[in-house]
Amino acid sequence: MTKTLLRVQEIDVFYHDFHALWEISLEVEETLVVSIIGANGAGKSTLLNTIAGVLNPSQGTIEFQGKKINGIMPYHAVAEGISLVPEGRRVFPRLTVLENLEMGCYIPKARQKKKEVLKKMYELFPILEERKNQLSSTLSGGEQQMLAIGRALMCEPRLILFDEISLGLAPLVIKNIYQRVKQINAEGTTILLVEQDIQRSLKASHKVYIMQSGRIRLEGKPGELSQVDIHKAYFGM
Amino acid sequence: MLSLLNELKGPITNGLLLGGLYGIIGIGMSMIFGIVRLVNLAHGDLVILASYLSLVTMTLFSVDPIFTLVIVIPAMCIIGFAVQYYLLNPVLGKGMNPPLLVAFGLSIIFQNLLLLIFTPDARTLFTSISVKTISLWGFLNIPLVYLVDFAGSVITIALLHQLFRRTYLGKAIKAASDDEGAAQLMGINTKTIYAFAMAIATGTAGVAGVAVGITFTFYPQTGPEYLIIAFGVVILGGLGSLFGTFLGGLILGLAQLLGAHFLGPGFQLLSGYLILLIVLTFRPTGLFTKV
Repeated sequence: MTKTLLRVQEIDVFYHDFHALWEISLEVEETLVVSIIGANGAGKSTLLNTIAGVLNPSQGTIEFQGKKINGIMPYHAVAEGISLVPEGRRVFPRLTVLENLEMGCYIPKARQKKKEVLKKMYELFPILEERKNQLSSTLSGGEQQMLAIGRALMCEPRLILFDEISLGLAPLVIKNIYQRVKQINAEGTTILLVEQDIQRSLKASHKVYIMQSGRIRLEGKPGELSQVDIHKAYFGM
Repeated sequence: MLSLLNELKGPITNGLLLGGLYGIIGIGMSMIFGIVRLVNLAHGDLVILASYLSLVTMTLFSVDPIFTLVIVIPAMCIIGFAVQYYLLNPVLGKGMNPPLLVAFGLSIIFQNLLLLIFTPDARTLFTSISVKTISLWGFLNIPLVYLVDFAGSVITIALLHQLFRRTYLGKAIKAASDDEGAAQLMGINTKTIYAFAMAIATGTAGVAGVAVGITFTFYPQTGPEYLIIAFGVVILGGLGSLFGTFLGGLILGLAQLLGAHFLGPGFQLLSGYLILLIVLTFRPTGLFTKV
């Protein structure tokens, strides 16, 4: 049995008066790819943002490597080893590709290993090396997504969170990106990803959680869940 | 034609040199406007505060005002950092008004503090270069002090440019102003970064304060005059580029001195603001804004 890296226990999250997440519990074991599937507005992004420290749960605990981390700021979560690739990529438009990657290793611990990690990143995404001196706003959507992933990996996180990395991209580009995701995982980084595309998630991950209306409706290994159950949970029927 | 050129060489040169000084007055305000999205109404008073700091330092150590920069710049940086960290950061993200009011309050406090300590007397940072003029090939006479101001401005902007291009701090400041949330996800404590940005901005106000002090007389209440100039420079130059702000300064300086030349000295300020009004009408985002 592999070790649990992230343990979320019965968290509730509010946006002001709106109750967005209800008693969410999940576990991510080391070296796995775990995905959260759900329709628009199911609370997937909210959950990732809460784990990354952008939002705070009002109830429950989030433990990372056995340490309670709920309530910390996002810039402390990075130092703990959690890195989030936010929805919509959010690369820094006025910085070059290389400068964006440098921001990824801003924390002192990561800064020391910049050269080494940068080389690895260019091997993973050769296009980033070709375009390293271009402003990131001049990249295509797919290239920006690769940059966002590369940037989040620059701090060599234990756990990387992917928020809808296929959103708005061409199928061929998505395929390419998911091959890289596999490669990132094969090199030892644990992945928690959020996706709207059920089939892609099932194919890419070792374990899935299905969310609907701020609650987890179903969990299990992709091979063990029936299509009918998945669809029921996804649509809340 | 030749006689017109001969007639205009004075106002044009002096306008450009004065514009350099305006550039350094505006640059700190432009930076904070662009990075923290804050209209720092105390910027002019920070400039004058630096003039007084320089006055105290030069009296204490009996040195030339130029050398007081060694003390004035770090002191201004510390003041700027503290102001941002303890006073402005807590009210950021609470709408437009609270930071504006804090800055306005600071402006009043600085003015009255200076009034209390230094009395309303006019002061100047006297130095031998204040009264020298140099002759360029017998073609043109320019006051040396204007040339020093201009050089100081160019050097400061070049240094800032390098800071934003080469250092982690500079890039993190740009990243935080592009997308604060994403910057935090990189491990950047954006509130501290804002404080550093303000420290740099008030550091430039330190340079501006010494330049203003050796060029003109100043009183505790002169701050708002320079705030208006800084506003003009920021509006002309637009946000987004250091060089835009510098060029904005040059245009304002030229507009003032050419206006004074053609319409009479009384119209110096008015002609500067007329240009401002024209730019606001046709290019409300500024002349050199990067989109």
